Amino acid sequence: MNVIKAEGLTRVFTGRPDRKNRLRRSRHVAVDHLDLSVEAGESVGYIGANGAGKSTTIKMLVGILVPTSGAVTTVGLHPLKQRRALARRIGVVFGQRSQLWWDLPVRESFSILSAIHGLSAADERTRTAELVDMLEMGEFLATPVRQLSLGQRMRAEVTAALLHRPELLILDEPTIGLDVLSKQRLREFLVTQRREHGTTLLLTTHDMGDVERLCDRILVVDHGRLAFDGTLDGLARTVGARRELVVDLATATGDLVDLDGAEHVRSESDGLRQRLAFDPQRTTAARVLAAVSERAEVLDLSITEPDIEDVVREIYRATRR
Amino acid sequence: MAEPEEQRRVRVLRAYRAVLASRARSQASHRASFRMDLVGAVLVGLIEFTEIWVLYSATDQIGGFTLAQIMLVFGLSDLAFSLADLVAGHCDNLPVYVRAGTLDVFFLRPQPLLAQLMTSDLSLRRIGRCLVGATSLTVGLVLNDIDWSVGTVGLLLLALVCGFVIFTAQFVTAAGLQFFLINGSEMTNAFVYGGRYAATQPAVVWPRALLVVFGVIFPVAFAAYLPVSTLLDMPGPLGLPTWLGWCAPVAALWAVTVAGLCWRWGLRHYRGAGG
Repeated sequence: MNVIKAEGLTRVFTGRPDRKNRLRRSRHVAVDHLDLSVEAGESVGYIGANGAGKSTTIKMLVGILVPTSGAVTTVGLHPLKQRRALARRIGVVFGQRSQLWWDLPVRESFSILSAIHGLSAADERTRTAELVDMLEMGEFLATPVRQLSLGQRMRAEVTAALLHRPELLILDEPTIGLDVLSKQRLREFLVTQRREHGTTLLLTTHDMGDVERLCDRILVVDHGRLAFDGTLDGLARTVGARRELVVDLATATGDLVDLDGAEHVRSESDGLRQRLAFDPQRTTAARVLAAVSERAEVLDLSITEPDIEDVVREIYRATRR
Repeated sequence: MAEPEEQRRVRVLRAYRAVLASRARSQASHRASFRMDLVGAVLVGLIEFTEIWVLYSATDQIGGFTLAQIMLVFGLSDLAFSLADLVAGHCDNLPVYVRAGTLDVFFLRPQPLLAQLMTSDLSLRRIGRCLVGATSLTVGLVLNDIDWSVGTVGLLLLALVCGFVIFTAQFVTAAGLQFFLINGSEMTNAFVYGGRYAATQPAVVWPRALLVVFGVIFPVAFAAYLPVSTLLDMPGPLGLPTWLGWCAPVAALWAVTVAGLCWRWGLRHYRGAGG
């Protein structure tokens, strides 16, 4: 079954009339004839530059915005005509806006939302306990939402979106601003949630880590059009999502060129720090490091993951040619 | 999976009750601040009444109404408005909800948006205003020579209910218009709070333009002035018949229709379906 099905989905924003020419209005095509289908159980990363049309698409999927043209169904329902039925079957986390009541303890927000979704008392107890346990929220259940750290609040937001066991969970920038540990914990939880309940995931993100660890399908949107639809491997093949190994060397060394499987990017501080790019599909960080160690003594090292902005830019360049 | 109607209704009400109860608890947890708000609301009500009292210290009658008679008008309209304010006053916050994204969150919940907006808050301090209105109404009922009957009691209740509906509808109308007028609350306040003020006065003294605005378009004259005229058997403005006060339900129905249209129109605009 298609959990999400969009055909020719288009959204045009018209500005206010021009002062000089009243008939002319500014037009901005946010989503441009987007065709999209997501199967039940898939985990889809929806990525693109700021203003590429990600949030607009999501708002049309959940019934906040009306499409200018085209059709969309979410879990088989019409988002505008069947908004209330849809709300019972999907969960949405907007990273920037809260579902919770800021002046109430976390626990109370959960019980209000349970009432809103019509969970029975017993169901509310088991479901809340399950989520609280998995997301380790016990210690701050009695804390007012306004006093939570960002990481804690995000866990509470995700719980709020999952209380009614939705078939589809939409996450808009779920890890934005979180520290490494919080990100990791949230990702692990989402993977488990998906495995145990078969929840379909659709997430927008600026974090390559989210995409790599959570998504088995990636959609890249550019100017409201789909620029890429495929797997992470496919994406890596298309844009060569390379990693960078940064090594600090004991002595100033000449540029480490001609290394097996790695390419020299640049040197800093007279060659004390060098950056080497490699493709994780073809070699490993350990092998590159071994090759470097043959030539110089390595004091310290770090690996940087490809920036999603770079990946997106590469895709844009490849598709616009 | 057919759910019995009774069970469904209980479930639906539980959602609203949960939100409202939490709002009430949250206010009760700040006792000192709540008491001050309450006292403040009573004071504002008293000051507004003082204004009327000062006017009457200069003259015995305004628009054919004595002070005792105008207390009925003031009490009835203020009570109706305060009750409406209690239930729908926070519709004023719509622009804040739009900016903070709270409104988008409402779309994600399986209740009608307007119902969610109305039950999103409950300002108990507004009970203070209700007290002022109720007191004035009671005093007015004692002071005036009223021919008590089932009819008069019915008329008073009808006026109170219709006044409440009319003022609630005003708040919703204003909220619907706010979708278009970001930062336009000054404009909508003019008729919501202006209407409240106008409703406490005898409409005979209004210029004709105001009669059209607050007698017909935003029919607050039906909230108190006209029913009280009927109650005291006084002629309506412009030679209109005395029984006009019984037409309050018509005015309420009209106000609700306007509110419904404005709200739907505003929501369409927000969702970008074109105005």
